[in-house]
Amino acid sequence: MTQSLTQPALSGHKGMARTILLRSHIWLFLLAACVFFSVVSPYFLTVNNLANVLTQSAFIGILAIGMTLVMINGEIDLSVGATLALACALAIGLHNGGASAPVAIAAALLAGTAMGLLNGSLVALSGMHSFVVTLGALIGIRGLVFVYTGGNALLVNDFEYTEIPEVYLGQISLTAMIFFALVLFFQWFLTSTRHGREAYAVGDNVEAARDAGIRVGRHKLINFTLCGFLAALSGVLLSMRLGTAEPQAGRSWELWAIIAVVLGGTRLKGGYGDMWRTLGGVLALAVVQNGLRLLNTPNYVELIVMGLVLLLALGLDRIMLLGTRKGE
Amino acid sequence: MAGETILSIEGVSKNFPGVRALKDVSFDVRAGEVHALMGENGAGKSTLMKVLAGLYRPDGGRIMHKGEEVDIRTPLEARDRGILLIHQELSLSPELSVAENIFLGSWPTKGLGILNKRKLNSDAGRVLDALGCDFRPTTRVGTLSIARKQMVEIARAQAFNASVVIFDEPTASLTDTEKEKLFSIIADLKARNVGIVYISHKMNEIFEITDRVTVLRDGVLQGTVNTADATVETLTRMMIGRALDSFFTRARSNFGAEVLRVEGMAKKGLFENISFSVREGEVLGLYGLIGAGRSEVAETLFGVRRADAGRLFWKGGEIPFPTPRQAIDLGLCLAPESRKEQGLVIGMGGRENITLPHLGLFSRLGIMNRERETQVFTRYRETLEIKTTGPSQRVGNLSGGNQQKFVLAKWLCNKPRLLILDEPTRGIDVGSKSVIHALIAKLAEEGLAVIVISSEMPEVLGVSHRILTMSEGAFNGEFTGEAMTEENLIDAVSRHRESSSSRRARTAA
Ligand SMILES: Nc1ncnc2c1ncn2[C@@H]1O[C@H](COP(=O)(O)OP(=O)(O)OP(=O)(O)O)[C@@H](O)[C@H]1O
Ligand SMILES: [Mg+2]
Repeated sequence: MTQSLTQPALSGHKGMARTILLRSHIWLFLLAACVFFSVVSPYFLTVNNLANVLTQSAFIGILAIGMTLVMINGEIDLSVGATLALACALAIGLHNGGASAPVAIAAALLAGTAMGLLNGSLVALSGMHSFVVTLGALIGIRGLVFVYTGGNALLVNDFEYTEIPEVYLGQISLTAMIFFALVLFFQWFLTSTRHGREAYAVGDNVEAARDAGIRVGRHKLINFTLCGFLAALSGVLLSMRLGTAEPQAGRSWELWAIIAVVLGGTRLKGGYGDMWRTLGGVLALAVVQNGLRLLNTPNYVELIVMGLVLLLALGLDRIMLLGTRKGE
Repeated sequence: MAGETILSIEGVSKNFPGVRALKDVSFDVRAGEVHALMGENGAGKSTLMKVLAGLYRPDGGRIMHKGEEVDIRTPLEARDRGILLIHQELSLSPELSVAENIFLGSWPTKGLGILNKRKLNSDAGRVLDALGCDFRPTTRVGTLSIARKQMVEIARAQAFNASVVIFDEPTASLTDTEKEKLFSIIADLKARNVGIVYISHKMNEIFEITDRVTVLRDGVLQGTVNTADATVETLTRMMIGRALDSFFTRARSNFGAEVLRVEGMAKKGLFENISFSVREGEVLGLYGLIGAGRSEVAETLFGVRRADAGRLFWKGGEIPFPTPRQAIDLGLCLAPESRKEQGLVIGMGGRENITLPHLGLFSRLGIMNRERETQVFTRYRETLEIKTTGPSQRVGNLSGGNQQKFVLAKWLCNKPRLLILDEPTRGIDVGSKSVIHALIAKLAEEGLAVIVISSEMPEVLGVSHRILTMSEGAFNGEFTGEAMTEENLIDAVSRHRESSSSRRARTAA
């Protein structure tokens, strides 16, 4: 009798351990990558380097947070890289033009938010797929950036501007802290607010969501707006770190953000995913990239390896998924 | 007995491009009654109910709710008025929890948009308890069986205090016990003065639980009668305009060589020691209750699932278990039971759906022969009486029964050697049922081996030459000729249950 009571409990534990393992394949992958690079490079496992990886991952990471929101809705935003460049250029341009730093930053954030709002409205009102809408936005916004900067990099005049983010907690930069805080906040947002949970409903079964009275259009609009805001925030942080605004800043970063999100395991089709996964995906990309640079890998090899990493991680996900199916 | 009229429809019409789905239909629901809605596939039953549920706007006519004229523009408005539709194809979000699905669109918050999960789950728990459900509010809906998913939808009706609940073919995939449970819930709702609309093609259910019957034909109202005054014949005549003399046609017995033999096939947790054979020209019935493992056996033969053990002989020679592609190439085809998930590409037209698995037959050097595709489409549209506007109408826009007919057409059209039909007449109206039965007989007479899986006793008894009964993953009886009787089949299916449950009792002791 006792045996039959403990037996299911045991297998329950085993089952739970397995689900945790299965659900966090990206963290396993990250761990493996860290171990690998620690072994092959003496520079990898240093506080300095790791802190640097965190800071570098933050820019694409913040883009990826917005992308996760939009992707859980079953949509995509290809314009985040361009929006980042726009915010970056506006922040520096306005500041150079005499606006105080807070005003310039606020204006840049506002511009990004407006771009997100525009994307969201077009998707919600026109019924066009967001792939098309934001592809258009990507080209249009990048055009705006070129017009605004005149095609040249803008250099910030006021060097104090670049010192704003020079705040550290131990070795952790303000930029990285902002990224983590956003991950925490949006994870909470997804699980504990009505809007956040409804994002899953919308992505999972739009018909059912609409039938239940969720205003799907407005819902998506909010997420696109948040995504635009986050892209602008990433752009502002980048402008402070670099002190320059390249018209080509953030080019193809939208792709890296999407890759990070997908790598984490959030579903492209929508309805499934969360910020922990995205954090894992972002860090995994950053670690692999950093490790390859430490090994002095040529740029093109780096791209090839990154591509393979993506396939590998997705393959892993697939295998694990099949594993669970069989287990059922 | 039944109370006053809660909801009535007066002279409602609805047109879709090329289809007149409803024409000047009137219909009413009274408090505390079960009102059946019947009619052939595509008669407009689901459409009428979608008008009530705010999913379609009618082109004309009016809707009266509790004595006043109303305009139901969205499902939300319908819900606020207490009208709830339980869809023919369930409409839930699989990734969300049971509680979230029940209250979707009106989750409680603690202010500032922060979810009140405790209240959400406890409210849902209360509703589930009231219905006697055995799953928890936090369970993910994707992991539930169809019957439990249906309970989630019913829980919605309960949660929003619905005064009218519409069931669109709710029993199509329920086991007998699940069906009994559903009926007792319907009785409860009725006792609480809820008005119920019940759509079904199953005559016995209509006579068992309904008070009145309304019949539609081609979108036109044929009349409303008290169930007590109706008979199967009068209802059939109303539905199809003529009487059906014989429901079943059995093929002449003229058996040829053995087509398939299975020995000791097993799959852990699903079925064990499955052995049987089937010959050319033979219709083999596979009877059992839903959940007995019949579909799983069929899926394993077709290669959708992998067997753990067993041997397979095709036309006398042993072959490895095939993949679906290999099975199709051999001439072993399976028409699966669920149309939306397994059977059809709902975004494509009927023509493309029929020819999809046999593109090789309809193409040359990879170029499709449109004309031949269309010919085949036309042939099956006529024989199966499929209601569709043309070869390229999206099958997603067809009525449930007509979708099912396309699933059949798809597997009939390449002249297989062995055809496995899993619940071939689920969701199909009485008239077309006999057409399909006649078709099965004709195919067998042409030399095909057919396996018919069905939970409908009269159907298995009517079309088969031989019947195997299955229960809890094992075959437990074989009947031919005189021995094929209702009593014997029931006996076989329940006998095994008793012995296995007593066996379980023994091991537990
Ligand atoms: N969204 C739609 N677009 C176009 N035509 C439609 C649509 N919905 C239904 N129809 C057509 O309206 C007619 C009535 O369909 P409906 O679903 O109401 O039939 P039904 O009586 O429920 O049949 P079944 O018993 O097969 O479920 C059919 O001919 C169908 O093809
Ligand atoms: Mg229907």
